[in-house]
Amino acid sequence: MDKITLTIDGQLLTASPGETLLTVATRNGIRIPTLCHLEGLTDVGACRLCIVEVIGQLVPACTTEAANEMVVKTRTEAIKKYRRQVLEMLFAEGNHVCSFCISNGGCELQDLACELEMHSVTVPYAYPRNRVDASHPWFLIDRDRCVLCGRCVRACGEVEGAHTWAFAERGHTARVITDLDVDWGDAESCTSCGKCVESCPTGAIALKGASNAEMRKDTDMVARLVERREHE
Amino acid sequence: MEKQIHIEPVTRIEGHAKITVFLDDAGDVKDTQFHVTELRGFEKFCEGRTLWEMPGLTARICGICPVSHILASAKAADAILAVRIPKTAEMLRRMMNLGQYIQSHALSFFYLSAPDFLLGWDSDPALRNVVGLVQANPDLTRKGIRLRAFGQEVISRLGGKRVHPSWAVPGGVNAPLSKDDHQWFVENLPECKDTIRETLDLFKSSFDCEARGVLGEFSSMYMGLVAPGGKWEHYDGLIRIVDQDGSIVVDGHDPSRYYDIIQEASEPWTYLKFPHYVPMGYPGGMYRVGPLGRVNVCESFGTPEADAALEEFRATTSRCSGKVFDYHYTRLLEILASIERMELLLADERILDPHVRAEASINELEGVGIHEAPRGTLIHHYKVDENGIIEKANFIVSTGHNNLAMNMAVKQIAQKYIAKGNITEGILNRIEGGIRAYDPCLSCSVHAVGQMPIQVNIVDADGALQQTLTQE
Repeated sequence: MDKITLTIDGQLLTASPGETLLTVATRNGIRIPTLCHLEGLTDVGACRLCIVEVIGQLVPACTTEAANEMVVKTRTEAIKKYRRQVLEMLFAEGNHVCSFCISNGGCELQDLACELEMHSVTVPYAYPRNRVDASHPWFLIDRDRCVLCGRCVRACGEVEGAHTWAFAERGHTARVITDLDVDWGDAESCTSCGKCVESCPTGAIALKGASNAEMRKDTDMVARLVERREHE
Repeated sequence: MEKQIHIEPVTRIEGHAKITVFLDDAGDVKDTQFHVTELRGFEKFCEGRTLWEMPGLTARICGICPVSHILASAKAADAILAVRIPKTAEMLRRMMNLGQYIQSHALSFFYLSAPDFLLGWDSDPALRNVVGLVQANPDLTRKGIRLRAFGQEVISRLGGKRVHPSWAVPGGVNAPLSKDDHQWFVENLPECKDTIRETLDLFKSSFDCEARGVLGEFSSMYMGLVAPGGKWEHYDGLIRIVDQDGSIVVDGHDPSRYYDIIQEASEPWTYLKFPHYVPMGYPGGMYRVGPLGRVNVCESFGTPEADAALEEFRATTSRCSGKVFDYHYTRLLEILASIERMELLLADERILDPHVRAEASINELEGVGIHEAPRGTLIHHYKVDENGIIEKANFIVSTGHNNLAMNMAVKQIAQKYIAKGNITEGILNRIEGGIRAYDPCLSCSVHAVGQMPIQVNIVDADGALQQTLTQE
């Protein structure tokens, strides 16, 4: 079967086998919010912000493949509520203070809060105690602002091939680490390429020296590099 | 029977405070206390953050004077980067600080304090505010509001927004001045100058020396930064302290070694600490900062109109005025001086140069940033690790320096007006007026959050609360 036909939000659409619901929706101008998804990287369905409804079930659009005669809803009241809850938990889990953040005005998490109309956080804040690691000569990681999307881990492994970034621990103590949990400045595998900086959706991984609201990310960088390699 | 009077909340000030007046058996004032009742703890939660965030982070100490904290913080960071910032960056930072002087001083004068002396200390409290001022003198009030708006606009055009502009950064500023904005400043300055001339004339004609004694007069030392030649300074310079006669106590002191001469004491009844001059101890080492402090320590403003006005001011008082009311007078003088300084900056073509930021990494592990905020000398002192993470932050804010003096002012006014337990609303307003003259920014000073305004409590000899008077 060459083509698949499916319905998203009442629109009859076609897709190629293997395409995800997110790809099909995006191509047809249907906006689905995402956070852990980054063009050029493998999707992992980690953040659950792209959830959509398929026959009464909630599934992540970034990792669910389109199937023939599938009926998909992307914007019901229930979906909006769940997305907002997910977002609230992301905010509560870290220490996200936009007012003095280097990425204020250029942050995907902040943009999502506006888009999903998250006016307040209704779950208790965890106030984790984190340490800013500024040991790398050019970059720093502020885990207060990390949402564990894993874009740095995938950019470093899949595109740069350095595998400096990885996850450590599980649940609420999970965090991203460099090499075997050494300070970034001591991570011998790091090539200082900066792909993690540009891939990070918030002010967590950033350029040293950026002041309040000065950090702007080139989040298309990874997709550009991947596309050029494919053309080689 | 001894009594205590509590004024809570103190109104038309920036921050939350109350005043306690202790009465003796005869109903006369035995003692007073000015309490700042909120705690914020900024010094503690800056620890662990990066140096580069500090200007934006400490700006959030205050919505009235964020510019002051941004500049002090950026200067402390410059010291840690060990850079000399580009000349244009310094000129632009000066420009913003002068904008801050104009807006802050105009706010203090027109919105907060002028209602007392232009409408009357005993006038109807419901109208003794900027609304009443508009009704009584619409033309001057409108001009005063426009003057403040100009100061705000300077900040906004330079920094991108009026409150918390994240523009001064370690090493300079993050955007140069545009030709359009330069043009706008040049075109709008003359109106400001006319307004301050008119206000000064009205002020001088309205008050003789006796009326200026309404808020008391006492001896203290004065502290401020001065430029070479003893000229008035607002951004750089060296620390000078003079005594009540204007004789120099300390001169040319390196600001980065402020702790050699200034230490802070604490009292259990207020969150605001008491900085004092170390050699004279606590509380003997009382000094005052802010407009009166700067004017008393300097020889001259260094600009013609302000110097002429300064000469006129000094002809009416001793070399160093100790009158609390003269904070208002010197505030107006400083607005005039700020406008003249702006004219000089705008006439210098270097102000349009696009090179405004020096880049560097961590080269020193400790840095002090000092400048003159509208309310007085502001000190930010940071220690960082080799990666630029803050290990310790100390802020000595302008209002803190005046804490001993504000307590003295409250006591003197209370003793002057309260006799035999006779207390009227007008008397309470004079006591508050003594605080207002210093234009304290209490949210800054305790680095406090919450509702603004004061309360006066009256407590008897047994410590029982007799009466509470509040103003909303």
